[in-house]
Amino acid sequence: MKQLVEKHPLAIRWFHWVNFPVLSLMIWSGLWIYWANDVYRLGWGKTTLLKFFPQSFYQALHLDHKLAQGMSWHFVLMWVFFLNGLLYVLYTIFSGEWRYLLPTRHSFREAVLVTMHDLGLYKKPLPIRKFNGAQQIAYTAVILMGLGSLLTGLAIYKPTQFGWLTQLLGGYEFARVIHFALTIGYVLFFIVHIAQVVRAGWNNFRAMVAGFEIVEVDPATRQVVAGPTSLPAADASLTPNPSLRS
Amino acid sequence: MTTNPNNAPVPTDSPLRPEAEVLAEARRRSRRSFIGLGLAGLAGLGTWKWLISQPDDQGIPHPLRKVLDANGRLSQAYLKETRLAPEFARSRAKEPRVNGRVGLEEALDPAAWRLLVQGYGSGKTQEFTLADIQALPKVEMTTELKCIEGWSIVVHWAGARLSDFLAKYPLATRSGQPADPLNPPADLAPYVGMVTPNEKYYVGLDIASALHPQTLLCYEMNGQPLTAAHGAPLRLVTPLKYGIKHLKRIGTIAFADARPKDYWAELGYDWDSGH
Repeated sequence: MKQLVEKHPLAIRWFHWVNFPVLSLMIWSGLWIYWANDVYRLGWGKTTLLKFFPQSFYQALHLDHKLAQGMSWHFVLMWVFFLNGLLYVLYTIFSGEWRYLLPTRHSFREAVLVTMHDLGLYKKPLPIRKFNGAQQIAYTAVILMGLGSLLTGLAIYKPTQFGWLTQLLGGYEFARVIHFALTIGYVLFFIVHIAQVVRAGWNNFRAMVAGFEIVEVDPATRQVVAGPTSLPAADASLTPNPSLRS
Repeated sequence: MTTNPNNAPVPTDSPLRPEAEVLAEARRRSRRSFIGLGLAGLAGLGTWKWLISQPDDQGIPHPLRKVLDANGRLSQAYLKETRLAPEFARSRAKEPRVNGRVGLEEALDPAAWRLLVQGYGSGKTQEFTLADIQALPKVEMTTELKCIEGWSIVVHWAGARLSDFLAKYPLATRSGQPADPLNPPADLAPYVGMVTPNEKYYVGLDIASALHPQTLLCYEMNGQPLTAAHGAPLRLVTPLKYGIKHLKRIGTIAFADARPKDYWAELGYDWDSGH
């Protein structure tokens, strides 16, 4: 029997959809800035596996010779990124949404199962609830990455005025490497995120727009038999004894 | 249908609703939310179009320039005048690469060179030789030269503080009193502008940055007199600002009530360019 269950509060949906274009533009303007000193690569000694970035990459996307414009956009949009992120974290703390989001001692074991399941190596059904262990780890990590981008960004934006921060983060060069690596991290997160949203399907995607999900409920037991729910108890859900669930 | 004991139960206090009603509500809310998101997207796109259609203010849209200027004011407010750029062991000093020759196109005869300084009050121009600058207390420091491109290098500099120069030659005030950086007179010029002799490269500084104890009229780099490519005979070094403000081969110094023109700021960079 199909029932409608609330999943994402309106505020979270706003933060999500504001963040998406803003972070995209931060990455884009960041590439304009990075071009001016594009020294990073993957490799060792004289062997380079991947240069960040090949000339063809800049040319294809017209990323070259735009340092000034890149900095102007980056240092304007940083305020939107910061404020949106700050409001999101505050909302998450005060609304109690953090309970769904933070990994628990079960999350890591469950994340392994989820990953194996997604790779087709684990056939049993996964627990149905708002965020599974893999999601808890991924979403919490990406928020910490946001904080990392903010701090390393500040450290390389004003390395003299915030000299204490720059020193704390290992100096200007190191902070810049981290800032860059985090950006690559967002792109990787984005690729996996999109793939997972596609495979999770319309019900799940609609929840990030409209807030609710349709779930299949067994009228007799009132148990959800299909579709994630917004119901709580991240760690307790792995406990076999139902009375421990709350 | 099988039930999984790991699945969360639905709350028992709410009665299950008929499916038709649930699906009708789902349709209604979906429609409303997707239209809302679409409108929000259009509004965002509209804001973007509006931003990039705004009149150009020195290489970037005017609203962006406004925010950059506000960032600059915020950072000036946070920056105490006594805050110093970190200094390094002299052994770490290296030769910086020559990143631009704008303003240095012509050959220069160091013996014929004079520093021209336009008095803020009088408007009269006074001439100085390199010996006049070298007669001021010599200050040496090993600081990091940071390029706005994102690289940096430690350099050992020697020269005279601009603040010492303006204390001895009180040209930065209308009344002609010395410009004491710790107790700035009321009639002190708010801005300083510097240009190369051929006027092709020019920078502007706020007076607080100009009077900063690490802002030097520099004549030595890494223990040697400046070479032509690094700005002989006299260049500006101001380690709280990016390299683009470190004007090579100073020709004229003048004082102003409004921001003096700045070569890189005209090309879209932050006028303040502090870091």
